[in-house]
Amino acid sequence: MVALSFLIWLPLLFGVCAWYSEKKFSGSGNWIALISLFVLLIFSIYLGNSGTSSLSWEWFARFNIHFALLLDGLALLLVTLTIVLAMLAVMVSWNDIEKHRGFFHFNLMFSVAGIIGVFLAADLFLFFLFWEVMLLPMTALILIWGHEGRRYAALKFFIFTQVSSLLMLVAIIALALHHQSQTGELSFNLGQLQQLVIPDAMQFWLMLGFFIAFAVKLPMVPFHSWLPDAHTQAPTAGSVLLAGILLKTGAYGLIRIVLPLFPSATMEFAPIAVTLGVISIIYGALMAYSQTDFKRLVAYSSISHMGFVLLALFSWNEVALQGAILTIVAHGISSAALFSMAGLIQHRIHSRELGNMGGMWASAPKMATVTLIFVMAGIGMPGMANFNGELFTLLGSYQQFPVQTIVASLGIILSAVYGLHLFQRAFQGPPNLQVTDLHFRELVFTSLLVIALIYFGLQPHIVLELSSETISSLMQTATEVRP
Amino acid sequence: MNMQDFLFLVPLLPLASSLILLLFAGRLSPLMVALLGVGSMGLAAILTLFIGIEFISMEGEPFQQVLFNWLPIAGAPLNFGLYLDQLSLVMMAVITGVGWMIHWYAAAYMFGDKDVQRFFVYMNLFVFAMLMLVLGDSLVLLYLGWEGVGLCSFLLIGFWQHKADNVIASKKAFIVTRVGDTAMMIGLLILFSEYGSLHISTIVESTAQISQSNLWLACILLVGGAVGKSAQLPLQTWLPDAMAGPTPVSALIHAATMVTAGVYLIARMHPLFLQVEGILNLVAWIGGLTLVLAGVAALAQSDIKRILAYSTMSQIGYMFLGLGALAFDAAIFHLMTHAFFKALLFLTAGSIILKMHHQQDIFKMGGLFKSLPLTSTFLLIGLLALVAFPGSSGFFSKEAILAATYGAHTAGPTLWWIGVLGAFLTSIYSFRLLFIVCFGPANHDLKEADYKPTSQLVVPLLPLVTLAVIGGFISLDFSLVFGPAHHPHLPLWIEWMPVAVALLGFILAWVLYFPRSSKQASNGVISRFCRDGLGFDWLYEHIFTKPLQLFARINKSDAIDHFYHFVGWFNFSLNEILVISQNGKLRWYLFGTLAGCALMLGGLLWWR
Repeated sequence: MVALSFLIWLPLLFGVCAWYSEKKFSGSGNWIALISLFVLLIFSIYLGNSGTSSLSWEWFARFNIHFALLLDGLALLLVTLTIVLAMLAVMVSWNDIEKHRGFFHFNLMFSVAGIIGVFLAADLFLFFLFWEVMLLPMTALILIWGHEGRRYAALKFFIFTQVSSLLMLVAIIALALHHQSQTGELSFNLGQLQQLVIPDAMQFWLMLGFFIAFAVKLPMVPFHSWLPDAHTQAPTAGSVLLAGILLKTGAYGLIRIVLPLFPSATMEFAPIAVTLGVISIIYGALMAYSQTDFKRLVAYSSISHMGFVLLALFSWNEVALQGAILTIVAHGISSAALFSMAGLIQHRIHSRELGNMGGMWASAPKMATVTLIFVMAGIGMPGMANFNGELFTLLGSYQQFPVQTIVASLGIILSAVYGLHLFQRAFQGPPNLQVTDLHFRELVFTSLLVIALIYFGLQPHIVLELSSETISSLMQTATEVRP
Repeated sequence: MNMQDFLFLVPLLPLASSLILLLFAGRLSPLMVALLGVGSMGLAAILTLFIGIEFISMEGEPFQQVLFNWLPIAGAPLNFGLYLDQLSLVMMAVITGVGWMIHWYAAAYMFGDKDVQRFFVYMNLFVFAMLMLVLGDSLVLLYLGWEGVGLCSFLLIGFWQHKADNVIASKKAFIVTRVGDTAMMIGLLILFSEYGSLHISTIVESTAQISQSNLWLACILLVGGAVGKSAQLPLQTWLPDAMAGPTPVSALIHAATMVTAGVYLIARMHPLFLQVEGILNLVAWIGGLTLVLAGVAALAQSDIKRILAYSTMSQIGYMFLGLGALAFDAAIFHLMTHAFFKALLFLTAGSIILKMHHQQDIFKMGGLFKSLPLTSTFLLIGLLALVAFPGSSGFFSKEAILAATYGAHTAGPTLWWIGVLGAFLTSIYSFRLLFIVCFGPANHDLKEADYKPTSQLVVPLLPLVTLAVIGGFISLDFSLVFGPAHHPHLPLWIEWMPVAVALLGFILAWVLYFPRSSKQASNGVISRFCRDGLGFDWLYEHIFTKPLQLFARINKSDAIDHFYHFVGWFNFSLNEILVISQNGKLRWYLFGTLAGCALMLGGLLWWR
């Protein structure tokens, strides 16, 4: 299906359009980006409606590399999430960007194209290509439109991702060569590689190569330290995309590549990975409490939340896998929402320091209410999306790793500690300053986020239906391997 | 048409009102706000009444109402369903009935506050969450209500959020109860892995053979959740500070409803507790210790609301004692009567505080019987019910608990004596409060003209006064939930002992506290220690808060990042060193080449 590749070309094309039009008519870039993303959203839903679709064009025949894309339920879910959050990113930085606005929109659309590519790629070479491609515009976003420490943050982000993806590249090549030694021809195709029988020792090292690349992206303690800097220094739109989507590519890689390709190595490695996930949960939460910078605090809380995903995936239990998917979606929305609030506050008071805030409820009650809802979603208030993810994760993981899961549950207490720290420092207490409340555009998109969080809290069915195919095939793999 | 089919409306009405008030924030007149906030509660209460009448006429058969599919947990999908039985009916009646009166009173109490609309958003949302807690048919739905009431409690304690103290108190309440919530969550994990479901009736009716140790763990974790919400040892420290909220909030959340959620949880899950050796004994001891410690702490307080807060803690201790002594019905009975008289006490205290211009120190009141005769009478009635004056509502329920305690194999005479000691303490602190507030000379400089009784502050109290007096004659039927009730036959002295010690407490309070002249709070070491809640706050601050803050201060810049900084620094330094070597001097390069050759040759020879 040729149309599938449009999901990647169209954002690029629209990005160029937005760039040029912004040069001719100032202010038109926002509208073009927003409308084209909306068109893209409709288009992707239309594509997804007709079931799983795929496409494969020969590319480098000599190495048997194909331009192969696959859109199944899980990919559709994440692609739509990407587009929706990109729309949020455009709306939240409507008036924020002062220089090179056209180029900003181009970069935004460029990274959307790269991220969608990662979610669609069915060929490991292509996957790696998109993995690298999405890095460039994101680095540019941080480097050009970031805050005071942007150079350091961009460099750190770039180096961490580069070094880790180098390991992935080595593993990809080794995997292709192994395929050659077994069947006589190189292959980068995910479906074909899944049929491969890999000896245990080799499986472990290959798995580790991929795992580290994805763990850096996720991020997992101790590979997390790029994230607080990148999130804090990025412009609001960049933070929204980073937290909402980019981190999820790590989880997606684990689901698509590590678990199905290296099942026995994964199970062997699971106790370590799960422990690291639990450490991420606790350490991330403790570090979040230690911060006094609004965005940095939210960044560390992301580490804590993504620890739940790691715990869930390596527990490899049906309920836990459901929990991982729910957490991916929920955290995508809630962290993007919190970063948007950080952006709105910074736009008003030109500071992210909690010490400079305080008592903002008095002058901005709508903003306070919305933030309160986002914080409560983030700390796992039942009835909202994140709670379902955490509940499923804990219920499922407890079957496999009871001790680690109990420790992970303590994250629930710590999340309340940092969540209230954030909310109360910013909005309660004696009023320190006057801020203007949310105006109409801001109220519209924050309300939509609130509705989304509550909707997925009460009706998580659609998320789980879309991912049910992936989950059941993973469970089938598990039953074949598990002793 | 069955009334029961409208069950979902009972929680939906306050929720809808809360949402309307939220969406039209700042656009409704105060009268409209009050009408919506109180009216929705009134409708819910009336609906509850009709449902209750029908329910009783149908012999109390449990009724289930599924609203929608909620969580498609693989293998054990959960519905969003309501479950009405004899237990949840009583809870629902208390919540909507007493809640209605408190809302009514609150509308008058908060009239004129510029944030009254926000207040009713929280109050109505609280009622919704509390109803979900008692009506939920699964533990996850119960947990939804459980966290929801915690959130509303947090918001209402910190309602006057411009004051830093209120903000701190609300944070403390939320976090301390969340410790309990987390314990409960882990309990849920264990129950799910053992029973494969989180549906309450599936769990309690299961005949699966569960290992004693796992079940014991699950039960003790549920108790952990219960003591957090119900402010029992060792998680009781948040309740006195929670009095920072507006007084109607203290009446509704921190006396009548939310704090009794732990009692409800244990009563609801009692079949599990019956299967485990020793766990109910532990529950009884938690209750027994809490009721005495809270009674002692109440003796030393000088803030009228804190006295009542410790008294609440102590009375919930009695409920826990009842649960531990297998008298689940008596515990719920006491829950109900306590909701009547404690709500009454808080609301009268609210009236007094309002008329004293927000003065809460009992030593700055005095002589109120002359200036506020009606309010003082109400206070007296509430206190008489609290000390279990024969014939009052508190008498019947407390008597039932103590009678069951004496004979139960999970409790016994020791705990009975502790309960009697508690009754003695209750009597002392109650009459101390009464004497200091209502008798003796006036210790304030307010004029008679300042006292203006408002009818809206009195009318809602009348049903509560009535119930505090005669509520003990309401006979509750729990036979389908807890099995047939049994009334132990005990020696007469056991039945009269609590009354005797209460009388003794009255005499002692008369001797010690009846104001003959202006008095001040005593300030010795022991009374300070008791006033500060017997050192628990100090202990927790040093074990948990301080280390956490220390960690936050030390590790703000993330120790792990230092490693990556080191790698970066190392590479830059290496770069600088190598840059030095590239200085463009031919002599240096030649020397370097020769030195390298020599080193290699030497190495080669050495190897050989």
